[in-house]
Amino acid sequence: MNELALLIAAMLSAGTPLAIATLGLLINERVGVVNLGAEGMMLIAAVCGFAVAFVTGNQWFGFLAGAAAGACAAALFGLLAVWLNTNQYATGLALTLFGGGLSAFIGIEFVGKKLAEQPKYDWPWLSDLPFLGTAFFKHHPMVYLAILVAIAMVYLLYKTRLGLVLRAVGESPESAHALGYRVRLIRLFALMAGGALCGVAGAYLSVVYAPLWVEGMTAGRGWIALALTVFATWRPLRALMGAYLFGGVTMLQLYLQGEGVQIPAQFMSMLPYLATIVVLVLISRNPTWIRTNMPASLGKPFYPT
Amino acid sequence: MSATAPPPRLALRHITKRYPSVVANDDVSLSVAPGEIHAVLGENGAGKSTLMKIIYGAVKPDSGEMLFEGRPFFAKNPRDARSHGISMVFQHFSLFDTLSVAENIWLGLDQSIRLDQVREQIAATAEKFGLPLEADRPVHTLSVGERQRVEIMRSLLTQPKLLILDEPTSVLTPQAVDKLFATLRQLAASGCSILYISHKLDEIRSLCTNCTVLRGGRVTGKVDPREESNASLSRLMIGAEPPLLLHRDAKLGAVALDVKQLTLKSDAMFGTNLDHISLHVREGEIVGIAGVSGNGQQELLAALSGENPRAPSQSVQLFGADIASAPPNRRRSLGLFFVPEERLGRGAVPVHSLAMNNLLTRHHELASRNALAWVSPARSRSLAKDIIARFNVKAGGDSAAAKSLSGGNLQKYIVGREISAKPKVLIVAQPTWGVDVGAAAQIRAELLKLRDEGCAVLVVSEELEELFELCDRMHVIAKGKLSPSIATRDASVELIGEWMSGLWTTSVAAESTTA
Repeated sequence: MNELALLIAAMLSAGTPLAIATLGLLINERVGVVNLGAEGMMLIAAVCGFAVAFVTGNQWFGFLAGAAAGACAAALFGLLAVWLNTNQYATGLALTLFGGGLSAFIGIEFVGKKLAEQPKYDWPWLSDLPFLGTAFFKHHPMVYLAILVAIAMVYLLYKTRLGLVLRAVGESPESAHALGYRVRLIRLFALMAGGALCGVAGAYLSVVYAPLWVEGMTAGRGWIALALTVFATWRPLRALMGAYLFGGVTMLQLYLQGEGVQIPAQFMSMLPYLATIVVLVLISRNPTWIRTNMPASLGKPFYPT
Repeated sequence: MSATAPPPRLALRHITKRYPSVVANDDVSLSVAPGEIHAVLGENGAGKSTLMKIIYGAVKPDSGEMLFEGRPFFAKNPRDARSHGISMVFQHFSLFDTLSVAENIWLGLDQSIRLDQVREQIAATAEKFGLPLEADRPVHTLSVGERQRVEIMRSLLTQPKLLILDEPTSVLTPQAVDKLFATLRQLAASGCSILYISHKLDEIRSLCTNCTVLRGGRVTGKVDPREESNASLSRLMIGAEPPLLLHRDAKLGAVALDVKQLTLKSDAMFGTNLDHISLHVREGEIVGIAGVSGNGQQELLAALSGENPRAPSQSVQLFGADIASAPPNRRRSLGLFFVPEERLGRGAVPVHSLAMNNLLTRHHELASRNALAWVSPARSRSLAKDIIARFNVKAGGDSAAAKSLSGGNLQKYIVGREISAKPKVLIVAQPTWGVDVGAAAQIRAELLKLRDEGCAVLVVSEELEELFELCDRMHVIAKGKLSPSIATRDASVELIGEWMSGLWTTSVAAESTTA
């Protein structure tokens, strides 16, 4: 029983950075922009977040720095892909490569450094509950914040006018432009908001999850988050579920290794990616599902007339 | 006008707009009274669109002045125009497919009202103007006529003083046109002025009380269309009456193109699936397919041309041979040629010369017979010159880029390119869409000539008039299903209009006896 509770706890913890990054990318893609630079943004944010948390000794400053770094990287991407209409995919790949290099460069000083000991995060009496306490109520606040962000995003996208405008821009930037909406500006702001969330996810990895700075420490989580947006058919709550599922797969792999199950470690490391591919194949078999949820202008450049 | 009369809702005075190669508007003046339905009549390229864009704030004129409700006013941009009460319904809709009707309308209104208020306003306006709309339906489930209603509703809720409609009936069935006109008359009676842009003479004569005719950017007439005939309006519009077509009796040959129970899923996002389509075209006849766009025409044409080779085996046959999965080149070598709807992009490569564009469909003849199969630029150029001369194409020679030609001339060139290949079967989509009246008459005459020479011709068009003029038999396509065929002499516009909304009974005895 207790092992299961620990596994659930580990799953939530491992799923949180995936969830936050996926929600960020979901905003980007809802306005029609694919940002393949997720991995790069997360790395830059991770090192910036770690550096600031290390210097100030306050992890929340680290998160703020991560968000700002992610937003800046996204703004750079936005200027290129939205204003100059460079190819979104190529620009995103470039951002990933750039982010890998830049973060390694910034991080030279911080390799092997340790953050100050973190307090325990216990809820007043909930944490003492048997099973439930261990599984759900001993997490870092960011774990709960991710859930709140997902719920807030459902409200934003489907209940507010701002959300409607975002969806409209992703559906048909031409029509939105004809109605007088400033499509490129809206896309840029959505990109920056998404970048900030990816940044928070990166900072969570280096400040809370690891907590230390290692080159390339996001280890493909940006790519998994990109796949998760499709897996979730661009819906926030499904994105959250998907993130926990994938976090769970990662944790299960470690757990099985610990139990001495004789499966090659390499195969277990492949699992999340294999699962991504399987899921992508499965949902592309269901066109109506994608049809009603996929932003129609996804990945297409927009030239205002 | 007496001194006490109110100022006109809109007055344009001496508007001139020049583009580098053409004067789009040359000293155009017009005036629209409150509650008047004013037609702007002209061919494609006569300057109608530019004029409307000037009123709507999307284009700045070089000179001239505009008065709105008696005061000088030029809209800075479309948003500015809307906030002053000028609203426009576009020919190509600006709707969001996955959003609901109410959400679509909400996006066009200002920020201060809530979605449930929008729903209430839609219901109230729908009742007042006879525009039934379900507020919560997603737009992609609506028919084209209903989509246009959404656009009009969006305009109406901004309480316009001037409503501009750009070729609103090009996508409607005849019955839907009647409904639209009733709404517009009611709207005008409530005091809204309407500018109605069209090239359809009958519609203007039945709807409008005043008409400004444009030709080549200049005003060639200001008339009361109710007192004019089609012929007199046509003279003002094109400077001549359109030539009459000679329609000889058909000399039917063998079945050339045979489509049997073709069922095919659409590739497109909101495409139409083809549902058991059967039709045949014999040598020496023209068969037409009528229907409102988006009812499966594109999917059917793609399956016939070979662009989509996934049709089930045996469902498309050419002189008895199965071509359902044959690529376009193979179909061409068997004698099936195709004129697509999009001239630029499908029919021709915009930036390439006319001679180079011959290679798209004629490269077999233009290639050398040896193993290298090099194409001969000289032969391609001489072919281009032949087509230009034979089909009277106005172009800067065989090296002119396709995009430099006007719509009508490029269409003449593309149709000419396919006709001069001596097809056994010719499939033509929208042969005269966006083509001026003179070129349209010439293209139709060429198609009739081809038929008289024994070619099987299939014409897919949204223009009923054109189909009635050209075809021996007609089908109607609606929601991916094809009606039985009816001989043109037995058909009426009303009947075809009904069929266009999918209402044909299986008991129709009109299926041709040769079926």
